[in-house]
Amino acid sequence: MTMNPDMPPSAAPMQSWRRSDTDRFLDKAFLWLTGAFGYGVIAVLLGIAVQVAKAAWPAIQQFGLGFLTSQRWDPVQNVYGVLAQLYGTLVTALIALLIAVPIGIGIALFLSEDFLPDAVKRPLVFMIELLAAVPSVVYGVWGVYVLIPFLNPIARWLNQSFGWIPLFSSAPAGPGIHAAGIILAIMILPIISAISRDALVAVPGKIRQASYGLGATRWETIFKVIIPAAFSGIVGGIMLALGRAMGETMAVTLVIGNSNRISSASIFDQGSTIASLLANQFAEAGGLQLSSLMYGALSLFFLTLIVNVLAEYIIRRFSIKY
Amino acid sequence: MASNVQSPTQTDTVFRTENLDIYYGDFKAVRDVNIDIQKNQITAFIGPSGCGKSTVLRCFNRLNDLIKSFHINGTIYYHGQDLYAPDIDPVEVRRQIGMVFQQPNPFPKTIYDNIAYGPRLLGFKGDMDELVETSLRKAAIWEDVKDKLKALGTDLSGGQQQRLCIARAIAVKPEVILMDEPCSALDPISTLKIEDLMQELKQDYTIVIVTHNMQQASRASDRTAFFNVETNEKGKRTGYIVEYEPTEVLFQSPREKATQEYVSGRFG
Repeated sequence: MTMNPDMPPSAAPMQSWRRSDTDRFLDKAFLWLTGAFGYGVIAVLLGIAVQVAKAAWPAIQQFGLGFLTSQRWDPVQNVYGVLAQLYGTLVTALIALLIAVPIGIGIALFLSEDFLPDAVKRPLVFMIELLAAVPSVVYGVWGVYVLIPFLNPIARWLNQSFGWIPLFSSAPAGPGIHAAGIILAIMILPIISAISRDALVAVPGKIRQASYGLGATRWETIFKVIIPAAFSGIVGGIMLALGRAMGETMAVTLVIGNSNRISSASIFDQGSTIASLLANQFAEAGGLQLSSLMYGALSLFFLTLIVNVLAEYIIRRFSIKY
Repeated sequence: MASNVQSPTQTDTVFRTENLDIYYGDFKAVRDVNIDIQKNQITAFIGPSGCGKSTVLRCFNRLNDLIKSFHINGTIYYHGQDLYAPDIDPVEVRRQIGMVFQQPNPFPKTIYDNIAYGPRLLGFKGDMDELVETSLRKAAIWEDVKDKLKALGTDLSGGQQQRLCIARAIAVKPEVILMDEPCSALDPISTLKIEDLMQELKQDYTIVIVTHNMQQASRASDRTAFFNVETNEKGKRTGYIVEYEPTEVLFQSPREKATQEYVSGRFG
């Protein structure tokens, strides 16, 4: 506020310098409210972790860490281990990343450079982000009726021609780890491309100009300047996608075959993931089996936690201010 | 196609423009530019905002090619070679004709890698450490950074960043260095350092500098072109050169009234 020095001091000059009590109370109340929301999320997260851990406790006592290294899932004998599911979770996520990372970054580059007129680019960006809005059960059903019949002849040919490679060593039976990996790849593609695109677009134009000014071509500029500058954002997107791939349930359950053991290294084997195991057995399980499912859930919880912490670390370690 | 640019006939006239008009789409941004730029001299472009001085500068290394609607009429010769001839690759042009920008724009890489970037693109096989050191020395920033070559270039102060960018431009051994208001984002001390540096650099390079700062033009340059801008009946602004003279002539006895008014600070 401005004071006119020529004006005589008014009768109560300090009055206008104070805000009303209601005003100040509202300020405080707003702070408390947002604080409550923020801490509420943390409370919910901790609550879930505690509940899951409590429900898993009998299985933890019974099987210990051996639970993670045994692939025997035997409701008849009441002996449980989730190695096969951990393997399935990691392998399907890995296949998904191998496919989705190069394609996703390619899409991001295509949509962040000036290859396309804006009128084409904008709907394209929107459509790719729309991929993320398709419900996962729709992906699963699509996988069963479209993807698997499409993949079958290719998988059979790979097995017959390159069966000596362990990855292709088993005859495909329709559903399998490969189908789950490809479905996941499609599902995480929009995450990778959208986040990578944001990171690429955020690289300031003056850096691009500097590179061109030194006689770099477009490709040299993209690969030596733009992508390195956007690296932390791209990795962040990949890690987020990895977390999503490991936790995805419905689509995977429909196409992975749900076999609870590791038969070979082949990607055409049927398998299962922790999430698909839970989806399949949770409704009928009781006693130690239920507790073991909870133990499985807890291990998935930690797996995604590790991935997210790693993502945060990488983003911080390599983030660059321009 | 590279050979056309790489072995031009050496003349004292580095650039010659003939009836150069510059367009963005239908819009004529600059008209009738006819100037010679001499080897181992500092040529300054001055004039009010929007008069097209940076636009002309960016034509000299074909950086305007990145703007889709950009095109020119007329000719720009670089040692007698038409810079915009169809067989000239703009990438090759930019390797010969370096650029320092208005905003310091080091790469978010280490100081060392900032300098080594250009030479690596060109497939430089010699002693990179030595090249980095000589480039940094020539840009008068070696003493500031010699102990922290692995630090990020973006962590330096603004004036240091700009000298780093000059070192980066020098490292590819260009013949010409174009400077687009290189000091506009810098404090007075950094500005003086860069001006001193330009005097050193003109032994080896031809420098063309765009500046808003008339003292800078009068202190540092050998020849000065004064640009002005005219507004046509549709409100479009087109830049043109009013006067191009040795710097002391332009500042002390300008032919044109507009120049006289501008250099004496009466408008602009």
